[in-house]
Amino acid sequence: MSDQPTFFDELQYPSGDPRRPYEDFHAWFSGEDLKRLKKKSSEAETFFRRTGITFNVYGEAEADERLIPFDIVPRIISEREWARLTKGIEQRVRAINAFLYDIYHRQEILRAGRVPKELIASNSAFLPQMVGVTPPGNIYTHIVGVDLVRTGEDDFFVLEDNARTPSGVSYMLENRETMLQMFPELFTKIKVQEVSDYPTRLRRSLAACAPAATSGKPVVAVLTPGIHNSAYFEHSFLADNMGVELVEGHDLRVVDGRIAMRTTRGYKPIDVLYRRVDDDFLDPLTFNPESMLGVPGIMDVYRSGGITIANAPGTGISDDKAIYSYMPDIVEFYTGEKAILKNVPTWRCSEADSLAYVLDNLEELVVKEVHGSGGYGMLVGPAASKKEIAAFRAKLKAKPDNYIAQPTLALSTCPILTKAGLSPRHVDLRPFVLVSPNKVDITPGGLTRVALKKGSLVVNSSQGGGTKDTWVLGE
Amino acid sequence: MLGKTAGGLFWMFRYLERSENTARLIEAGFRIALTRPDAAESEWASVVETAGVRAGFTDKYDAFEGSAVVDYLLRDTTNGSSVMSCIEHARSNARLVRTALTREVWEAVNESWMALKEALKRPIREADLPGVLGLIRRQSALVRGALHGTMLRNDIFDFARIGTFLERADNTARILDVKYYVLLPAVSQIGSSLDNVQWETILRSVAGQNSFRWLNGPDISPREIGDFLIRDGRMPRSLSFCISKITGNLTYLEKQYGQDYECVKQARLLHHRLDNTPIDAIFDFGLHEFLTDCLRDNAALGMQIEEDFRFSG
Repeated sequence: MSDQPTFFDELQYPSGDPRRPYEDFHAWFSGEDLKRLKKKSSEAETFFRRTGITFNVYGEAEADERLIPFDIVPRIISEREWARLTKGIEQRVRAINAFLYDIYHRQEILRAGRVPKELIASNSAFLPQMVGVTPPGNIYTHIVGVDLVRTGEDDFFVLEDNARTPSGVSYMLENRETMLQMFPELFTKIKVQEVSDYPTRLRRSLAACAPAATSGKPVVAVLTPGIHNSAYFEHSFLADNMGVELVEGHDLRVVDGRIAMRTTRGYKPIDVLYRRVDDDFLDPLTFNPESMLGVPGIMDVYRSGGITIANAPGTGISDDKAIYSYMPDIVEFYTGEKAILKNVPTWRCSEADSLAYVLDNLEELVVKEVHGSGGYGMLVGPAASKKEIAAFRAKLKAKPDNYIAQPTLALSTCPILTKAGLSPRHVDLRPFVLVSPNKVDITPGGLTRVALKKGSLVVNSSQGGGTKDTWVLGE
Repeated sequence: MLGKTAGGLFWMFRYLERSENTARLIEAGFRIALTRPDAAESEWASVVETAGVRAGFTDKYDAFEGSAVVDYLLRDTTNGSSVMSCIEHARSNARLVRTALTREVWEAVNESWMALKEALKRPIREADLPGVLGLIRRQSALVRGALHGTMLRNDIFDFARIGTFLERADNTARILDVKYYVLLPAVSQIGSSLDNVQWETILRSVAGQNSFRWLNGPDISPREIGDFLIRDGRMPRSLSFCISKITGNLTYLEKQYGQDYECVKQARLLHHRLDNTPIDAIFDFGLHEFLTDCLRDNAALGMQIEEDFRFSG
């Protein structure tokens, strides 16, 4: 079935035999009728539409609510593979928190020369307003969504550490619900670890980071930019499933040194604010004065310990693509151990030698904007036309500091269901990590994104990607 | 609960109620148009009047022609009270208050929105009109059923109900007010059959024609219709019923919040007035004047609720 033998296929060996984690699934699938599965597959779409799990695409006013396509073939990870991944993720996330504390306090890592000073000072993701501020419990990144890719049996790489406001967790949960409804028989045959308690874990983890000002049971709330935001569904989904209020900036104000929400009974203070609003929009008094999405004065309250903001402002300095290339050093510097998870080799275009190499090899490389996300503004060399490469070359020369380059990774494939049966497509994986003073809590599962177009390596939903349910097998 | 959420719930259910009421109005108008073609145009005019969209309609059309009225009231999104606009507003409010709704209520609203968007995509042919109007009523019932079957009986439920009944009270008052001239004693003395049809339309617009007959027998008199729609506490669309529900839900809120509210005082006063003014006194005072007062007081009550529970700042 695999027609691209050069890529590592997660379902089966080149011989056609299934790999261990997929054995039971493969046996089940072989006995199924393709027509029935196709029918199920279209049922899934109806299910998602009714649930309203849609996203808005920026710049498309008309079809402003779309579904991310869902593929019914699960992505399966063995318990052993998962154990290794979680060890690596935990190490990395702890290092990121230590790095953030350091970078906003004594900056030992800069003094030690392990990360260049200029990289921090000139970086727009570094927030001078956070210097000397210690967040409650010393936690900066309460929620992290580490993007992983795989190229071989034991080869996992971290592609990005999403340490600001990673999204997609609602898909992890809804994809599982959908699979449970469509194929209950599969779950009796195969032991898959639960993901459905994520919202409970999230609430617990956030509550464990409550500030000193809290009296009684911590009041948690989710801050959304509003119903027009592309991830609004997820914001309301998480608030609802945690059983906490979903607030917007105009519901909040500073009352007696706390951030309080306007309820039907007057203003009530919030202890922990899980914000899904970018740093820049958080506080018009401190950051972007035009912002209508934030709360004037929230940074003062934050600095005086009146509220926990999750994630902390300024965490972007840790998942910046220019910093990324230093992550192995950062992990080693703070944990004293070698990084368990590998980094993708990265050329910093700010360095002359690297830039020369990148310009010579554009056809082979993936070039990304340092502050970009969502698959926008990047060049995938092997898939680009001569014209696109020429245009990108000009941009790169004009502003080399703005770019990094990486080799085109041979992302593993996992099959999707097509009219003709199974067909391999490239995938990545975003597990969701919760950090509190008590522990680093990783829900066994995650969001598998899949490039639906044959041969495509871009998995972003905004660029034609879909999602799959992700199974971590139990014993 | 957030003030914004309370406001969102209130408006979500007002819009849902409005879409259902508009469907009923069209249903009644359609029936007259079929059975008494010569009265059709004036009937469609009064439907538009009752829906409170006369100005917008006459800007766009020269005559109260059936298909134009139906299109304007069902599909036209430049009409903020059309069924399509209402269901859009209702869903958008439902998204805003998603965390206050059970999954079943949310899905019922979302499904209604999908179904009506599809059904109202193209102009409705006469032959399809009964089916589409039925669909609108059924979708409304679906949401109501999910609300009753799955929601906690707390403040969330109260705000949803208050929105429903305030809208419904308004609607019944407007139906009566537009038709009040046929209920005037002087005119009704004539007892022509046209008047009978008009009365019947009133009852049909509130889905009350058979209930009325069960209660009052075959004789339709203005006094009894007025009493039925204004004061009868058994009739779920009468003014008295609506105001008593609003008062009840506001009283629950007062108890739950342990606080006195101005709006509750106002609601009690309205309730008291309806209960203690005999129908003859209403006719003596002037039906139109009485209904005008009711509409004004309802609007004032709505604003007081908004203020007392901090819907917006």
